[in-house]
Amino acid sequence: MLIKQLSVFVENKKGRLSAITDILRQSEIDIRALSVADTKDFGILRLIVNDVDKAYTALKNGECLVSLTDVIAVQITDRPGGLADAMDILSSAEISVEYMYAFISKSDGLASVILRVDDNQKAQNVLSDKFKLLTQAEISA
Amino acid sequence: MGNYYDKAMECATLNEMESLQSFRLSQTVRRVYENVPFYRDRMIEKGITPDDIKSVADLHKLPFVMKQDLRDTYPYGLFAVPLEDVVRLHASSGTTGKQIVVGYTRNDLEIWNDCAARALVAAGGTKADFMHVSYGYGLFTGGLGVHGGAEKLGMTVIPVSTGNTARQINIIKDFGSTLICCTPSYAMFIAETMRDMGITKDQIKLKAGLFGAEPWTQEMRATLEDMLGLKAYDIYGLTEIIGPGVSFECEEQTGMHICEDHFIPEIIDPDTGEVLPLGEQGELVFTCITKEAFPLLRYRTRDIAVLSRDKCSCGRTLIKMLKPKGRTDDMLIIRGVNVFPSQIETALLSVAGSEPFYHINVDRINNNDTLEIEVEVSEAMFSDTIKSMEDIENTIKAAVESVIGIGAKITMCEPKTLKRFEGKAAHVTDRRKLLD
Repeated sequence: MLIKQLSVFVENKKGRLSAITDILRQSEIDIRALSVADTKDFGILRLIVNDVDKAYTALKNGECLVSLTDVIAVQITDRPGGLADAMDILSSAEISVEYMYAFISKSDGLASVILRVDDNQKAQNVLSDKFKLLTQAEISA
Repeated sequence: MGNYYDKAMECATLNEMESLQSFRLSQTVRRVYENVPFYRDRMIEKGITPDDIKSVADLHKLPFVMKQDLRDTYPYGLFAVPLEDVVRLHASSGTTGKQIVVGYTRNDLEIWNDCAARALVAAGGTKADFMHVSYGYGLFTGGLGVHGGAEKLGMTVIPVSTGNTARQINIIKDFGSTLICCTPSYAMFIAETMRDMGITKDQIKLKAGLFGAEPWTQEMRATLEDMLGLKAYDIYGLTEIIGPGVSFECEEQTGMHICEDHFIPEIIDPDTGEVLPLGEQGELVFTCITKEAFPLLRYRTRDIAVLSRDKCSCGRTLIKMLKPKGRTDDMLIIRGVNVFPSQIETALLSVAGSEPFYHINVDRINNNDTLEIEVEVSEAMFSDTIKSMEDIENTIKAAVESVIGIGAKITMCEPKTLKRFEGKAAHVTDRRKLLD
């Protein structure tokens, strides 16, 4: 149950984030979750949206450098230690997390985490016993 | 063995060539001595007369002509015929100073057409070809020079000139262009635009490209050949000598054959002016021995090259020039090290997935020279993790350092943010010039 994340290359230049988010506004894309990773010269904007194909095309047409990445969306129980439980499972399965970011899902108000790991298949297997993994349809809804 | 345009000249023995050169040289020297006060004064200063120049072996006795001399005698001071015999003027762009103007008699234009025709035939051209000329037309010699040679061969010439790249591609596709001529950077822009338009190399008929007017690298050649599905040939020329066609590549692609029956080359030490033996690298000098209107003697080109008389598999005996790095004018001295933009291009293109869109910024901060290379991130290079992006950045950095020997800062840019060029590319911004 993988979902698609949009990854966009962003030069550290005035107005770039505004230009990219404007493209999404123009195509009426709803952003579900996002994170920005940055270095001194550039950043990578990662987005989870309601309509991946439409957003991808719009960004591409807007001359953005964009790619699609498979990630896992895990629903986390909103209590102390909820995230730690998920991390324990991944670490005992020797799966590395490249990056992650959290968001509150729109439909049920529950906390979810987007995970980019080095082995998607294995991560899904070990997590799905104890956690609910969101589908693309659930994200889009 | 390929086809030749003028087999007698292109495959002459060294003896034949040298006696022809000697005869033409002595005649030209006598003529400019009589008609051009500039040459007469310079020769008198050196204590020589036309009688001292009997053969190629005497060439070194003549004084050099520098670019500054062309500016000092602007516009017509070096013309060797009455102006009424001049049928065409061209001028250099004057990127490095005041512009210079050159003239051609009717016969000079024929010589030029012949030289350009040799280049086109060496690239596999025949009268059946459709010649797409994307060099600029006008005072720049590129467009009309290649045009004349192609027309002389009876090709179907498409004089598109520069600009409107999408239209150029439609013409290439619809008119069935088989040969193309432009600067290598414009060829790259055409290839990139073609990709954006969703047109593949199988949909066009280009078989060969003649790319010149700026230095380019083997890596750029491979990229262009792959993207456009053609064989890419270097062609060399300069306005001062005649225009494109002074020298050209054959199918062996290991240096350019010089039309030495018209232009005698020498390699000199740029510091001492001393003539260097065959095979050594130095500044390229040309002497025109057939031109009527503007026959420069021992003109210092500022181009760095090596000459070779090694046997060529194409059968041509014309001496070859190799331009390993570019022009002395393009050379940057950074922290005391000589750096050519072409070396940086070589390093960059050696990294997988990279494309030849880059810009070099040189600055001086706290009395230290800084070198920054802006590189466009291609789709093939892009990934969602910072780590892999930094890996690519470090790979480029290491490749550049290993070629030029000094460190550079690599700045990753978004695609299509660096300037594209229709004519000669300007890959360098040297901010130190503003400080000096």
